[in-house]
Parts: sequence; C-alpha cells; structure tokens
Amino acid sequence: MTDAARAADRVARDSYGRLLAFLAARTGDIGLAEDALADAFAKALETWPRDGVPANPDGWLMTVARNRMTDRQRHVARFHSNDEVPDMAAPEDMQTLPDKRLALLMVCAHPAIARDLHTPLMLQTVLGIEARDIARLFMVSPVALTKRLVRAKAKVRDAGIPFAVPDADGLPDRAEAIFEAVYAAHTVDWVAPSDSVGEEALYLADLLVRLLPDMPEALGLAALIAFGHARRHARVRGGVLVPTDAQDVTLWDCDVRAYAGRMLARAFALGAPGRFQIEAAIQQVHMARAETGETDWAALNQLYHALLQSAPSVGAAVAQTVVTGKLHGPSAGLEALDGISAELGADVQSIWAARAEFLAQLRAWDDAAHAYGRAIDLATDVPLIRFLEARKAEVLDRI
Amino acid sequence: MRYTFLLYTDPADLAHMTPEDWGAEKEVYGAYIGALNAAGVFVDTDWLQPVSTATTLTLKGGTRQVQDGPFADTKETLGGYFVVDVPDLDAAMAWAEKCPAAKTGKVEIRPTAMGEG
Repeated sequence: MTDAARAADRVARDSYGRLLAFLAARTGDIGLAEDALADAFAKALETWPRDGVPANPDGWLMTVARNRMTDRQRHVARFHSNDEVPDMAAPEDMQTLPDKRLALLMVCAHPAIARDLHTPLMLQTVLGIEARDIARLFMVSPVALTKRLVRAKAKVRDAGIPFAVPDADGLPDRAEAIFEAVYAAHTVDWVAPSDSVGEEALYLADLLVRLLPDMPEALGLAALIAFGHARRHARVRGGVLVPTDAQDVTLWDCDVRAYAGRMLARAFALGAPGRFQIEAAIQQVHMARAETGETDWAALNQLYHALLQSAPSVGAAVAQTVVTGKLHGPSAGLEALDGISAELGADVQSIWAARAEFLAQLRAWDDAAHAYGRAIDLATDVPLIRFLEARKAEVLDRI
Repeated sequence: MRYTFLLYTDPADLAHMTPEDWGAEKEVYGAYIGALNAAGVFVDTDWLQPVSTATTLTLKGGTRQVQDGPFADTKETLGGYFVVDVPDLDAAMAWAEKCPAAKTGKVEIRPTAMGEG
C-alpha cells in the first residue's frame, strides 16, 4: 500500500469506526448500529453518484444511519418497551461528534466476552472488516466465527455491557486486555503472512495511541508492531524465512520504522517501562544494524534480561540463549539452552532450532542435523520449515 | 507415524449454509491443507455430511439392528477428519493446533493402528 492509499484508507476507516462507535454507544446495540450504518452506506452508493457527494459525507451517513436505527427500534418496540428512541443531534461534522471508539474497544475486550473474540470484534466493529475476511486471517471456520460474533454482540446488548471508559483505577487492567487483543492481531501471520493483517494491527495500535496518548504501553505496543511491520518485505524471501539479523536492511520500510522510533521515544519519556516497550526496544536494537552494520548483542542481552523479569516466556528465554551464544560462544549458548530445556522439557520447537544452530557452530554436524530435523518436525510455519531445511542441507553437506 | 485428527464441531454452527459460506469454509480448510502439503505431512481428509444422514448398524447380540442416526447423540459431532504422517505425537499436536476446527470445536488425535504409511 502506498502512503497516499494508506492515508485515504485511514480516513475511511476513521469515519467508519467513529460512526459505528457513536451509534452503538447510544443504544448499546452493536448489531443494530452495524445494520443501520450498512444501510446508510448502501444508500450513499445509490444516491451520491446521482446527486453528487454531500458537503459533509460523514454527517450525511450519520443522519441516514440514525434514522434507520430509529425505524428499526420502533419496529421492535413491542419487544423492548422500555427502550426509548435515543435523541441524537445531527452533527455538523465529525469534529463535533464525540469519539466513542475507546468505549467500543472496552466493550470488545470486556472480561465477559470470550478472550478469543476480542480481536475479531475489534476488527469487525472498529475497522469494519467482514467476519468472513477475519476468519480467513485467523484460519478459523468463517461460518462458526460469524455466529459467535453475532452471539457476542447480542450478549453485549442483552447483558448490558456498558460503553464506558473506566476511571483511573480500573483503566490499566481494561486497557491491558485491549493491548493484548491488538497484539494478537499483530501476531496472526500463520500460513499466509499478508500485508493486510499488519496494516490492521498497526491501524489499531496507532488508534490506541491517539485515544490513550499518555499510556506508555500503548506507545510501546505501537512501536513494537510498527518495527515488525517495517520488516514485512524482508521477513520471507522466495518462500524462505530470513532471520532478522540476516535480513536485507534495504527492504525495511523507513517511514514505518521512523514512526516506531518516535512512538518508543515518547513512551520512554513517560518513564514507566513495560513489556511492550522492552520488546520494541529489542526490535529497535536489531534494526539499528541498518546504520551501524552490526548488531549490539550486549544491549540485547540486557533487554532480554529485563523482558524475562517483566514478562517471562519460552520465546524470550530461547532468544536470550541465542544472544548468550553470540556474546560468549556456542558452548555457552548450549549450556544456557540446557538450563531452560531442563525446566520446560526438551521437545520445544524453538529450543531444537536454537540447539541446532549452536551445534552447527561447534561443527557437531551429526547432532546438528538431528536437531534441525526435530525442529522441522515440530514446525508448522512453512517459511520457517523451508529455512530449517536449507540449514539442515548445509549441515548434511559437511558430514 | 500416521495420526488421524477427528474433528468434532457443533453442527448448529454449520446449519443453513449458503454456497458462499461453503466457499469461505473451503478456502480456510484449503489453506490448512496447503500448509500440510507444503510440509509434506498430508495424507488424507474428508468432510462428513451432517449426522442427520447417519445410519448405525450392529450385529452384536445376534440380530441385525439398524438405527437411523449417529452412534452417539452429542452436541458436538464428528464432522470430518485429517490423516497426517508425522514423526510423533508432539508433531501431531503442533499441526492439530493449527486446524481450523480446533478453534471452534475439538480435535481428537489418534495414532493409526496400521502405523507407517
């Protein structure tokens, strides 16, 4: 996507999300608001080509959608006799329309909604992506996902989940759920790594920064996602995964990377480190190679140490042993790896991959080939499998 | 070693499907089959018609008894299967985790008695 296309896309999405959030917040009924907005867009497609685009397209859409909602509510009034038709002033422009998207995100990531629906709900309501397309991104049955989303929206309405932003005490926990859901959108890239998933995740992260400009972790998350997105063209070449420290830096997206750097600087200035900021800082150190020509493994060692303190994970633990190997040699790396595999049980894909790499560096070709084989057996990401197969073939050549 | 994934899903999820719905389902499962093939572990798959089409037969007890319907009446029903050829259960579990049915239903993993493919 070009910058101009991305900008146009963002404007269209901004207005969809704002309109939907506003309509849904007034009635508590996301499905009703979606239907009304879809009707308004259909009406626009019908009348705008004939009569010309109105001076205030968003205001026009809002007015039509609002009228549709009123019609529909009157229609079902006998089932919901307590629902008053809400009084909504037609806004002059979007600037005067209260931005209810944070409240909508709070609903999508509400603890009473199944965790695995948080991200799909956000993509559907805030970005207007169809359930079927979301299902394709998540590799889940489109029909089943569509039904689950309909049920979740009915629950929001019937259980009275509020379109409200919690106060300062409640905000961090609820925001954390939103961050997790946006992060999940970013990490969905199995089978068909598509640019569009990255674009959606980046859009949501950037929106969060605009809605929560003083939350360091919102900024950290935007930086983390943007650093990853900046490498999208370098990550897989010819169907084969390319590790970050071997990527062609000329394929990295300078604009997205610069954005990430700005977000991380703003986060650090707030002086409250957190998991996403540390992960983003790790990415930043890796990508500094574009200027310095080398990777600062000592800095990475400190950052992984900090990450393991605040958010321990198998991935981070294995990554730190790789850093140890770079700093102190493959034997030290192998020793560190033995430490974590004793704790976790040895049959973890990333542990076998790291072990294979160390064994190859130690020229223990037979053991390395066996470890690569095991890493391949346990891998399900095809570009990663291709990468490991190529490494295994190199090792077999040495035997 | 061969493993069969038995996919148990809620038939209510798949009721009233339009041809477009089927197309979308096939696309998602097609991507999964594509990945299994690319990794060289795919053996076989099929999608079963709903349990309303099932007939269950037994000669146990000496007489032939035919039952209109599935063997077991459960909320989640056997909707299809995959056969994969992978080294062991850990690898089979890694692939079962990626199966679309695992996210909305359940996937039972069973080693195949005939063993090697």
